[in-house]
Amino acid sequence: MNTRPHIALQGLRKLYPGNARPTFDEIWFDIMPGEFVCLIGHSGCGKTTLLNILAGLEQASGGTVIVEGRELTGPGLDRAVIFQSHALLPWMSVRENIAFAIRSRWPGWSRAEVEAHGQRYIDLVHLSGAERKKPAQLSGGMKQRVGIARALAIQPRILLMDEPFSALDALTRGALQDEVVAISATTRQTTFMITHDVDEAMLLADRIVLMTSGPDARVAEIVENGLPRGRTRQELHRLPGYAALRNHLLDFLVERPAGRPADPRHPPLRRIGAAEHPATANPR
Amino acid sequence: MPRPGQRARAIALSLLLLALFLGAWQAAVSGGGGTAAQMDPDYAALMGTAATQGASAMPGPAQVATRLAELLADPFYDRGANDKGIGIQLGWSLLRVMLGYALAVLVAVPLGFLIGTSALLRQALDPFIQILKPISPLAWMPLALYTIKDSGRSAIFVIFICSVWPLLLNTAFGVASVRREWLNVARTLEVSRWRMAWRVILPAAAPTILTGMRISIGIAWLVIVAAEMLVGGTGIGYFVWNQWNNLSITDVIIAILLIGLVGMALDQLLAWAGRRVGYSE
Repeated sequence: MNTRPHIALQGLRKLYPGNARPTFDEIWFDIMPGEFVCLIGHSGCGKTTLLNILAGLEQASGGTVIVEGRELTGPGLDRAVIFQSHALLPWMSVRENIAFAIRSRWPGWSRAEVEAHGQRYIDLVHLSGAERKKPAQLSGGMKQRVGIARALAIQPRILLMDEPFSALDALTRGALQDEVVAISATTRQTTFMITHDVDEAMLLADRIVLMTSGPDARVAEIVENGLPRGRTRQELHRLPGYAALRNHLLDFLVERPAGRPADPRHPPLRRIGAAEHPATANPR
Repeated sequence: MPRPGQRARAIALSLLLLALFLGAWQAAVSGGGGTAAQMDPDYAALMGTAATQGASAMPGPAQVATRLAELLADPFYDRGANDKGIGIQLGWSLLRVMLGYALAVLVAVPLGFLIGTSALLRQALDPFIQILKPISPLAWMPLALYTIKDSGRSAIFVIFICSVWPLLLNTAFGVASVRREWLNVARTLEVSRWRMAWRVILPAAAPTILTGMRISIGIAWLVIVAAEMLVGGTGIGYFVWNQWNNLSITDVIIAILLIGLVGMALDQLLAWAGRRVGYSE
């Protein structure tokens, strides 16, 4: 508990005009520097809205987001978003899409600098050879790789991912999850990811935030991933505590709890996956 | 997908239809029996061959082809107000269309951009656009002549006013329907308004804008003929009317053919430009 949170969500609320009840309300949780947090919840609980508020693309109806001690006011280059629909600009090639982001981040860079920097991230996501292709010529997995490269290329302090792999087939999804594991092991970026894939959350997340069903959704509880670090997709299901954690998350999704925690500011924190370690608020 | 050989067969069919049309045309204009016998010779001379020998004043395809070759052999001669080469006449029409059209693009694309990005402006301007759009461009002609006091410029104004609406509406629609996620990407990158307009909105809306430009050039080319018939002086529209007054049906037919060919060329040019800026998602 020696560092302050990188991102602090303080009582976030979203009420769309015309709705009687807010989509979510009283959302409180922290994301620590370098932490990988996954959010799991049913559709309709406002997961994407929550992420868009963190990205600065939408306004909260109440509450605030504090990033590095400052209140969030809008979108910014300190946060990169990986969109579910990849959101590549279709008239630009792979290289141009990434260069567009790099030039936004470093407007003074020369052409050669932009090119070289972009190439590093194209190589990082294993897209070498596809630089000149337009998004329409790429498979879904390759498009999402470009989205990841574009987000990483601006070297953001925070990475926000909105179900980035949900539109992909299982094999491609697995391959990309492996890449995210490898990349986040080296960059140690603070990452917030929305997912509905329990295994994905168990593989990637340090902590998993569970949200109740909407409307009026809350944070039901926060589960600390007790599975040992250095997880791989192949080994995940053999890890001690895998079944306990998986069952806990699935039970939550199946039971669809709609109740409210007694104290929304301090949702129950549980460490599941390796009972021998005591729970701590900050896993790193 | 067309089967192999279908293209060749389509061309063959096109040629067959052309041959049939030319044959029917020739047959229709070939003269019947003579009626000159009972006519006074002076009166017959006055009436010409149409009345005296039953020959149609409508020329046959061969006559048209001969005259076309004649006109195209020397398209740019200028022997006074009523006798200019067909190339000069087409050139004047194209010049007027280009000027009016360029003016319309300069006004409509930026304005359409604003309308497309501002819902307030869109709603405020909508009644004006809806009323002005269905007005025949030629209805503006007297007003244009009165205020501009120059027939040539009035024709350009008429081209402007008929090109501006499809351009305006298509630009506004294209800009308004730029995918939200593309704008969001640019917003998360803190892209400036200008860069957003140039690098995101304009390329995203370009295919829709080009569709508007293609519709507009078609309308402009339709309208220029009528406008030049009214204002006179030069241009292919004036040529058509002048040759009608000269009872030179051959020249009228040739003008019709050339108007069609130029119109097709303009349309294809913008279709090509549209393909250049197109993208697939």
